[in-house]
Amino acid sequence: MRGRWACMGMIAWVCWFTGPVAWAAEVSVAVAANFAAPMKRLAVAFEHASGHRTVVSVGATGALYAQAVHGAPFEVFLGADQATAQRLQSQGLAVQGSAYTYAIGRLVLWSAQPDLVDPQGEVLRTARFQRLALANPKLAPYGAAAYEVLHRKGLLEAWRHRLVQGDNIAQAHQFTASKNAALGFLALSQVVVDGRLTHGSAWVVPSDLHSPLKQDMVLLKRGANAPAAYAFMEFMRSPAARAIIRAHGYED
Amino acid sequence: MGMKTEALLDPQAWQAIALTLRLATLTTLVLLLLATPLAWWLAHTRSRARAPVSALVTLPLVLPPSVLGFYLLVALGPQGPLGQFTQAMGWGVLSFTFTGLLIGSVVFSLPFAVQPIHNAFEAMGTRPMEVAATLRASPLDAFFTVALPQARTGLLTAAVLSFAHTVGEFGVVLMIGGNIPGQTRVVSTLIYGHVEALEYAQAHVLAAGMLLFSFLVLLVLAWLRPPARRGAW
Repeated sequence: MRGRWACMGMIAWVCWFTGPVAWAAEVSVAVAANFAAPMKRLAVAFEHASGHRTVVSVGATGALYAQAVHGAPFEVFLGADQATAQRLQSQGLAVQGSAYTYAIGRLVLWSAQPDLVDPQGEVLRTARFQRLALANPKLAPYGAAAYEVLHRKGLLEAWRHRLVQGDNIAQAHQFTASKNAALGFLALSQVVVDGRLTHGSAWVVPSDLHSPLKQDMVLLKRGANAPAAYAFMEFMRSPAARAIIRAHGYED
Repeated sequence: MGMKTEALLDPQAWQAIALTLRLATLTTLVLLLLATPLAWWLAHTRSRARAPVSALVTLPLVLPPSVLGFYLLVALGPQGPLGQFTQAMGWGVLSFTFTGLLIGSVVFSLPFAVQPIHNAFEAMGTRPMEVAATLRASPLDAFFTVALPQARTGLLTAAVLSFAHTVGEFGVVLMIGGNIPGQTRVVSTLIYGHVEALEYAQAHVLAAGMLLFSFLVLLVLAWLRPPARRGAW
């Protein structure tokens, strides 16, 4: 008898905690780590405008791509490059022709210390840092861009042993913000709110020092029949969305 | 098998494997030195501190590696208590170093070392030590000649588990490692990197090796444990 009650209790428990997931009307969005901050504000604005909620998964573009390929329930994919969106289309995982450049990212050399980074980034030529954090270049375009900058400045070999890699740009930020690494190559969007540096010191890397960080989004096949996913694709082109994206340090 | 494996594994894989084995070996040694007196104390003390210390030692078993990794990153960082200490001692900041990883692994695997030894000491009871005392053995002498040999299965289990658990460590390394070849890039994080970068062939070789290794370790462990003494850990 007691066993039956325990069993019913357990079923009730499972229903209680799994039920809402299945019923709420939502759009599931995979977001490259550099775009996490603007995405938060975009989600609020989108819900306000359309009534649809967003479920956001943040990660390295490569990591999210691998998850999408293996059946992750994403409906919209916001990568940190153009190649991933193209690949998703050519593999038939995304709706043909839905790719759209939603942002052009800027790379920044940032330190949590207020006086370490000068406006020209000359600190890179000094030995005034022990660790330089960046994102894994194999998985994250911002990491690859950081390597390009170091290579172009002829500093890659000199500092190779001082580089520490985060799994994605968010982890690189965490390493730098916690001062475990004095310097970090990050996305401008991570350290800028409403066009102003939140704290620390920064050099906004001139965009001619690396390949352009054009970021494409794409509608995945899983979202092809979901009105909320279409609404989100539309919303990202709206002036309201563009303003939020610009405020976070992206060009468009 | 040997030649085939050589062709399948690139230098960076060998480097990660060597690093992993070095980390696991050192972690195991440190843990045995640390866990044996701690387990002895836990098994014999009547102090009120026993319960909180026991809970503290078991904590890494239930805490997610992300919590451990995050707090280790904060603690080891320049502003953290451990970071301040290591800087004052002239060792610098230990996050993203092999030593930092070693500290993390020791914390992470502590319960896996303490519990088997603790159980072995408890199962032994106080009788062997009392007998040794009546034979005029000093407590320290008796500890090394009576208690430790009697607890050898527990010690061996602790060593095997600590080693295996360190080899299988992932979350903590990801948080405090920084993925530096030869320093902090171990097999588990290398596999993760391969999978994320869709390099499945390389990932498969390493992952299969890991699977085989873990199975063999558990097999050895099952052989070590005599069937009569179930629930030894």
